[in-house]
Amino acid sequence: MGVITLLLTLVLNQASPPVILARDTPDDAGKSITIRWQLTGEEVPEGLILERGDTTGCFQVLGVLSSTETGFVDEDVCDGVGYYYRLGAVFGADTVWSEPTPLVKSAPQWFNRARLNILIAMLVFFALVIYFIEHAKAGRYLFIRRIAGLDAVDEAVGRATEMGKPIVYVPGLGSVADIATIASLNIMGEVAKKTAQYDSALLVPNRDPIVYTVAREVVKEAYTRAGRPDAFRPDNIFYVTSEQFAYAAAVDGLMVREKPATNFFLGTFWAESLILAETGATTGAIQIAGTDSVFQLPFFITACDYTLIGEELYAASAYLSREPLLLGSLKGQDFGKLLILVVIVLSSILLLLSRISGLQFLSAIIKFFNVS
Amino acid sequence: MHISTDIWTWVAVILTFGIFSFLWKDNPFYKFCEHLFVGVSVGYTIALTWYNSVYPDLITPLFRQGKPLYVIPFLLGLCYFFRFIPKASWLVRIPMGFVLGWASGVAIPAFFQTNVIKQIQGTLLSPALFARWDVFLWALISFIGVICSVLYFFFSREHKGALKVAAETGIVFLMIGFGASFGYTVMARMSLLIGRFQFLLRDWLGVIR
Repeated sequence: MGVITLLLTLVLNQASPPVILARDTPDDAGKSITIRWQLTGEEVPEGLILERGDTTGCFQVLGVLSSTETGFVDEDVCDGVGYYYRLGAVFGADTVWSEPTPLVKSAPQWFNRARLNILIAMLVFFALVIYFIEHAKAGRYLFIRRIAGLDAVDEAVGRATEMGKPIVYVPGLGSVADIATIASLNIMGEVAKKTAQYDSALLVPNRDPIVYTVAREVVKEAYTRAGRPDAFRPDNIFYVTSEQFAYAAAVDGLMVREKPATNFFLGTFWAESLILAETGATTGAIQIAGTDSVFQLPFFITACDYTLIGEELYAASAYLSREPLLLGSLKGQDFGKLLILVVIVLSSILLLLSRISGLQFLSAIIKFFNVS
Repeated sequence: MHISTDIWTWVAVILTFGIFSFLWKDNPFYKFCEHLFVGVSVGYTIALTWYNSVYPDLITPLFRQGKPLYVIPFLLGLCYFFRFIPKASWLVRIPMGFVLGWASGVAIPAFFQTNVIKQIQGTLLSPALFARWDVFLWALISFIGVICSVLYFFFSREHKGALKVAAETGIVFLMIGFGASFGYTVMARMSLLIGRFQFLLRDWLGVIR
């Protein structure tokens, strides 16, 4: 009886090897093959053995896996090299092997289809921006509402001139890859133009060497545009250190010793935000801050006279300069935001309608917002 | 009480008090600690950049492995040094333009992914939210909060009438968020202060374990 059972088991096992599929991982940067399998027999194996073979036909163990696993991503492969895979289902002392997969090679893809929605969103957004820039270039008036923190810039620079004290401009601690830093550098150009016109000193301590180089060029160009290239002091734009709290200690020291009339904290900030803003407040300076770092905004709101919240920071350079190019860009952003609200409201309505029988297909809308 | 006899613990204690002395006022002791901190950090950063980036990612592939493509970043990097030659200082704009273009290219799609698409997905009212009334209520509050907060940042119209009501509701939502964030972050800062006091009381004075 025992012999018959063993023979039946072996026959059944041999008749139902796992079915395995291997393919190049889609929408990736290469060096990855995705393997999927299905166990066909009724008996659950004790474990699985996945092996990888090369063109010589030699297989090596890639991993010993639990029988509950249904897939594996092999990221230890070279692009353009062919591999075979096979899966063994372990039943006690026996292992039933699947047929090896056809030869599979990994390759990078130029386009990630999972991010098609991002491409569409960007194209729509850029189209809006370009449309409004052209609109502005045509000389049409573009209305921008009052932003209190930015109206104070003139007052802040004027105050420094009257008091004969410098202005400290901190462009944040982020790199040039941060959008807030790019926005800050744009605002810096406008502030520098005003300091050049008013003949005030502008001190710019930097944490990032690249930001320092860009800041220096921005200020130099602003002084030239204001017709005061002679007033530009290259030593006033300087690199301090890349260490966060050492930078904070140095800027604190600078504010306490120079006693600036105005402090600008615009850009990306982290834990040092309150240290800087609080020290600046104790020196009696008027302070204008702005960041898109949500965790640092409360500290600036508490310790500064004016705070630009997130999007206001991005709008600032257009607001200050009133240049058609920047105003058009700001208008484009505004209508982009309006479009986002329309998408949220409409999609929500359609999703809620998908509860009605016959309209369930509307629930597929949510998939459009999946990103990987 | 077991006061530490380790010289480096004493150095750290003196520097800690030096930095804390700023709470009283600016003084030479603080100035010394500040300059030391800045100097050491710059030196450390230079060494770190050389050993973690420049040497393994540029010098080795270009000069040891002979990979010719690496000559492009090498030349771009060299351009930064032309700032010291006034007549050729315009060359600095080449790597700057490259870095700014690259940074925008990297940042904008990532921004769309995390700050636009994912946020829209999280805000949508979907039928799954009807499973529990409290979940739906919070989703609805979040939905109204998002709409009103975005309207606060709409710059193309004066905040009047319905837009004013929506924008003012939006700023209430923002301030509630900032208040919560403030409390949370202050607690995190307190833990940093506690860490320093633990160092003084445990590692230096030995009065606590």
